[in-house]
Amino acid sequence: MNQMFYEFKPLNIGRFLIWSFFALLLLAAPLLFTSSLDQTMLSQMGIAIIVCLSYNMLLGQGGMLSFGHAVYSGMGAFLAIHTLNLVSNGALPLPVSLVPLAGGLGSMVVAVVLGWVTTKKSGTPFAMITLGVGELVWAMSLMFPEFFGGEGGISGNRVTGSRPFGITYGPQIQLYYLIAVYTFVCTALMFAFTRTPLGRMLNAVRDNPERVEFIGYDTQKVRYIAFIIAAFFAGISGGLAALNFEIVTSEVVSGYRSGAYLLFTFLGGATFFFGPIIGAVLMVLAFVLLSEFTKAWLLYLGLIFLFMVMFAPGGVASLIMMNLRVAAFGYLRKLWVSYLGLALTGLTVLLGAAVMIELVYHLQLNVALGPEMPFLWTSLHADSVNSWFGALFVMLTGLGLFEVCRRQYVREWGEIQEHIEKEIKRRETL
Amino acid sequence: MSQGVDMSMSAAGPSQGARAHSPREAQGMPAPGGSAVREATSVGATYALELKDVRKSFGKTEIIRGVNLAVRAGERVAIIGPNGAGKSTLFNLISGRFAPSSGEVLLDGHRIDGKKPFEINRRGLSRSFQITNIFPKLSVFENLRCAVLWSMGYKYSFFKFLADLEDANERTEELMDMIRLDKKRDVLATNLTYAEQRALEIGVTIAGGAHVILLDEPTAGMSKSETTRFIKLIREVTQGKTLLTVEHDMGVVFGLADKIAVVVYGEVLAFDTPDAVRANQRVQEAYLGSPVAQSQAGNHT
Amino acid sequence: MEFYTISLLNGISYGLLLFMLSSGLTLIFSMMGVLNFAHASFYMLGAYFAYSVTELVGFWPALLLAPLLVGVLGAGFEKFFLRRVHKFGHVPELLITFGLSYILLELVQLVWGRGSVDYRVPEALEGPLFVLYGTQFPMYRGFMMLVALMMLLAIWLLLKRTRIGLVIQAALTHPEMAQALGHNVPRVFMLVFGGGAALAGLAGVIGGNAFITEPGMAATVGSVIFVVVVVGGMGSLAGAFLASLLIGVLQTFAVAIDASLMSAVQVIGLTVTPDTFGYALWKLKLSQVAPILPYLFLVLILIFRPKGLLGTREG
Repeated sequence: MNQMFYEFKPLNIGRFLIWSFFALLLLAAPLLFTSSLDQTMLSQMGIAIIVCLSYNMLLGQGGMLSFGHAVYSGMGAFLAIHTLNLVSNGALPLPVSLVPLAGGLGSMVVAVVLGWVTTKKSGTPFAMITLGVGELVWAMSLMFPEFFGGEGGISGNRVTGSRPFGITYGPQIQLYYLIAVYTFVCTALMFAFTRTPLGRMLNAVRDNPERVEFIGYDTQKVRYIAFIIAAFFAGISGGLAALNFEIVTSEVVSGYRSGAYLLFTFLGGATFFFGPIIGAVLMVLAFVLLSEFTKAWLLYLGLIFLFMVMFAPGGVASLIMMNLRVAAFGYLRKLWVSYLGLALTGLTVLLGAAVMIELVYHLQLNVALGPEMPFLWTSLHADSVNSWFGALFVMLTGLGLFEVCRRQYVREWGEIQEHIEKEIKRRETL
Repeated sequence: MSQGVDMSMSAAGPSQGARAHSPREAQGMPAPGGSAVREATSVGATYALELKDVRKSFGKTEIIRGVNLAVRAGERVAIIGPNGAGKSTLFNLISGRFAPSSGEVLLDGHRIDGKKPFEINRRGLSRSFQITNIFPKLSVFENLRCAVLWSMGYKYSFFKFLADLEDANERTEELMDMIRLDKKRDVLATNLTYAEQRALEIGVTIAGGAHVILLDEPTAGMSKSETTRFIKLIREVTQGKTLLTVEHDMGVVFGLADKIAVVVYGEVLAFDTPDAVRANQRVQEAYLGSPVAQSQAGNHT
Repeated sequence: MEFYTISLLNGISYGLLLFMLSSGLTLIFSMMGVLNFAHASFYMLGAYFAYSVTELVGFWPALLLAPLLVGVLGAGFEKFFLRRVHKFGHVPELLITFGLSYILLELVQLVWGRGSVDYRVPEALEGPLFVLYGTQFPMYRGFMMLVALMMLLAIWLLLKRTRIGLVIQAALTHPEMAQALGHNVPRVFMLVFGGGAALAGLAGVIGGNAFITEPGMAATVGSVIFVVVVVGGMGSLAGAFLASLLIGVLQTFAVAIDASLMSAVQVIGLTVTPDTFGYALWKLKLSQVAPILPYLFLVLILIFRPKGLLGTREG
């Protein structure tokens, strides 16, 4: 696939429109999705957006692969819930809406200490150190039940303290709008960061850390400061989560959670600013909806991730942008047949594979329920050879057809890219 | 905002100024009475760059075996020598990529050996790389602007927008014009032609306003015509600065340099004006011996 | 006295197990620049395969078959998946092994369930090897140490004394040159990755029944071996050896000691009560702190000796 990076360069009007659209979306979402499940999900999406964007500050902008980002979002959550309890006791006259900030500042302090050690190295050693530090904090969370609450975690009550304009944050919708405000502000701030000297130098450090040293910058310091800023936003996200769930358990600093941040930020797309936003939405959808839909969701996730790394390392965002570029040059129409073909054959493969996976899961986990398994609109028999053969046949046929479509698609895509390159060269000479 | 550009001018004596306008600027003609001119410079002035018995070993192999070099402010020195002689290693030692095993490196009289590259760069020494070492995913403009930021004092700031930094942006525009890449402002560095990338490499090197510039084989891989144009570019952008270049092309060397340092097998065999070096017995034996090199060097024996 | 000797021997056997794992990781990293996040998952697979094979044919065939199976899987993964990502750089390579670890975990849970399985030490190896001052040293631990040492010897011989070992060493630092000389470097990569996986599998075969065999075993040991590799010095086998033994011995001792700071100062007559500031820290027993010791060690090394114990490359 094309290695060239497409920098989206809208006019200022375009940028204004995009941000207004974003704000509008945040405002209007709960009016479109009104059920309480929807509103919980929307709240969680806002929280996830902030933490995934903060993670991408490290991964996409700084080239720092961290396996321990949950430490900072988690510590922010713990500090926020303790602050909340202080507010409830009357010991701290802080409005509830500012509690997430306490989380953010707390995470920052943790990052100042742990980040100094962590950013001493870069690349693969850095990744391993983040893993080690993450395990350290996770293990410590079991050692200090006073702070981390042991098995039961720490609970709090967000309906407390002062009530400006009668807002108690009791109803989910009120909390959602608080989260929405934080999401918008944090996103804007993190976007602004990419346009500051430090933000740009962070990109330079990602691309060529050696050269950065020769133009006067201490790469370690650049990484360290960026690490602290990312931790700040992660802490805010953790603080919002503490308000949302009103309970914080040591799971929030687990390696499992750090892995989820990595997986979904990458899936959304680490090379574009808005990629993690997509990733965050997918994360909430997967954890809340997909996990209900099928027991095999983690396996599907792993497989999707695997194929993404192999075929679309820029994530969903890069796929969108590549097609936008093709559309901008007017060639998208030529591809729609290919896309249709790919979609249909891909779906067939998915169907076949899904049936087999679900059957296996059913056999393993739901033995007591007998061999019959409901699947979509019909039911299958786990002990019937028909189901198995049928699924295998469907999958293999689909795979064959998919391969045919894929080759055609790659050929067409290649031609279009050539046309576009020629067009760009032509425009440059004007 | 001080950019360290003019220090070399003030440190040099009047003879230095005379040399800058010498007919050397024309193709391959050495200034008359080179050594006399050299001695007219005031004694006791600090050297811009000094190496005192610098040695470097990698494991048991000694690559740099006691190098002594003293470069005055504003001088243009070409470093020549066979492959493997240690020229790039010398540059790496001076610029801080690694530290010498022993010996001292002094910049404007202050020791810089053992310091980190960014510390050395902040004191006014900058280097380019033989294999282009720019930021491939940033545009030409962004590449240059990054190189400008520290010297303009913006450091690790995350409270200002890049678009608002007027002085940095102006200087970047100036630099782009200087290296003649203004038409390629928004092209990603990875998409430039080879010669353009080399030009950007030089641009990034001089952007911070360093007064001692090290260029490592700047014309490597270029055709004859490209080289000629490039040398002109180098002369323009390094006006008034102290310049050290590693070069293999003798035409370039004799056209660009006031002094030549011949490095063979980790030692400096000679450090003198081009004429003196050409006449040097040891240098002839070790390096310049072939008639081809002689003819390349000009037509005035 | 006996406590120290037995604990030392136990610590050494655990350390050798860690080295079996971290050596494979170091080899793969040194040669291919890939940090195999799924290495501990191969360990887990080895244990589970051994369990199933033992159920079918017995322990001794499992000792041979299970690592082989894991090795084949590893080689296959390298050939069909890892190789494709090579051109994208080291981060995607790490990510794909990360994805593999997720998938392997799910598959293992799918096939063998979410609880632990009863993978036991074979009867022939049960019982004490010798009795020291009244405390037993299990024969199986001795067996573990033997297998580990034999494996190390075999690797050393392979790398230093055979032709393929020479090619591997060359490809370690100069893959392109080795390829230009006519060696099938991609095949060498596949063999090394498969070999590393097989080593991890072997560690799983002998470790799975000494320690518990459950889906969480990959995660527990995984982070420790990464610590070992960083502490020992990236790419240094000797460093990994030293670090494995140190961490193995340290943890084994710590787990057995119930002393805390509180009890320590009690010896000199001071009392610590729940009201004392930092009581939470005072009352921590060393045995409770044991799980985090490797990570503390990591942090200390990074502060005082960032290159690692025996590291040479600034990785």
